[in-house]
Amino acid sequence: MKLHRRDVVTKLLEKRGKLLVIAGLGSTSWDITAAGDSDLSFPTWGAMGQAAMIGLGLALAQPKRRVLVITGDGEMLMGLGALATIGVQRPANLTVAVIDNERYGETGMQATHTASGVDLAAVAKACGFRNSRIVSKNESFRKIVHQTTGPNFLQIKVVAEKLPLALPPHDGVLLKDRFRRALLGKSADVLAEKG
Amino acid sequence: MSADRWTRKVHRALAGAGVRLVGYVPDAGHKRLIELCQADASMRAVVLTTEEEGIGLAAGAWLGGKRSVLLMQSSGVGNIINVLGMVQVCRIPLVMVVTMRGEAGEFNSWQVPMGEATARVLEAMGVTVRRAESEGEISSLVKDALRSCYRDGSASAILIAQRVVGIKSFQDQTNR
Repeated sequence: MKLHRRDVVTKLLEKRGKLLVIAGLGSTSWDITAAGDSDLSFPTWGAMGQAAMIGLGLALAQPKRRVLVITGDGEMLMGLGALATIGVQRPANLTVAVIDNERYGETGMQATHTASGVDLAAVAKACGFRNSRIVSKNESFRKIVHQTTGPNFLQIKVVAEKLPLALPPHDGVLLKDRFRRALLGKSADVLAEKG
Repeated sequence: MSADRWTRKVHRALAGAGVRLVGYVPDAGHKRLIELCQADASMRAVVLTTEEEGIGLAAGAWLGGKRSVLLMQSSGVGNIINVLGMVQVCRIPLVMVVTMRGEAGEFNSWQVPMGEATARVLEAMGVTVRRAESEGEISSLVKDALRSCYRDGSASAILIAQRVVGIKSFQDQTNR
């Protein structure tokens, strides 16, 4: 049975609790919004290639919290070096989930490198991720997202499909500030005064 | 003033401002500062494959409530242009310490075009440029940038003139 991206992302975010979520631009930002927008989600509208690195910065800044990056294959391919950088830092609390439809979904569904067999999970493994695999069947992600010592990498193969847009807020300052307040409480505003 | 002295002062400025993450792509001019940050238990030095990763790192760190700095040479400024859009749109505090190449004393002509464009490229993407022409002013410019960027949610680059770093040849660079 082929996997559908919205079902997969809903499962990744099931009973998310205090999970911190970064989403890559385009479809994965719409996916996390369709699953239910949250102040502890930071969907991106640009900076293609940086989702995993934003996740790394967050995971290092908040070592006691679990961090999940949900991004697309095209976005991950643009920042493959991030896998090497994460492999050096080895944050135990970080999971990167690539929703792999083998297409550039926002620009006309052109094939990405994964359509020709580029194996992102093998790259992540070779870079030093503790756990890395391709997922092509329905499964529960609870343990790997919330418990398993990372860094973890999931390359989740999904059907290439065009879905209704589910847009998060555009305003970058709003997205940043709501996330910081939800995570850091009132100190989010005072921290800026330090130093 | 020796490289030891300005790098110690910059390291103290970073530590004093509560910088916890130091992203870097190595440059011979940053060698001592990178070593000081690596030896500091309050800081985590993160080696990057490209300067662009440092922008994502800084954004994530700030979402998590931690301050960071990005160390690179001027050629790296060419690698971060598009992602500076996120910094501007989200008003993420960002301080970059950039050693200049392609200026007086350059021995590699391939460094010249990006060196000449560095300040204009940064300014075009909304980054405030602070230029250090002498060793004595580097740490005060870094302190000033940290204070204003973390107060205002702005981005700044401190450009250290190539003659301050003073690398004259490939041999000199290798010997650092």
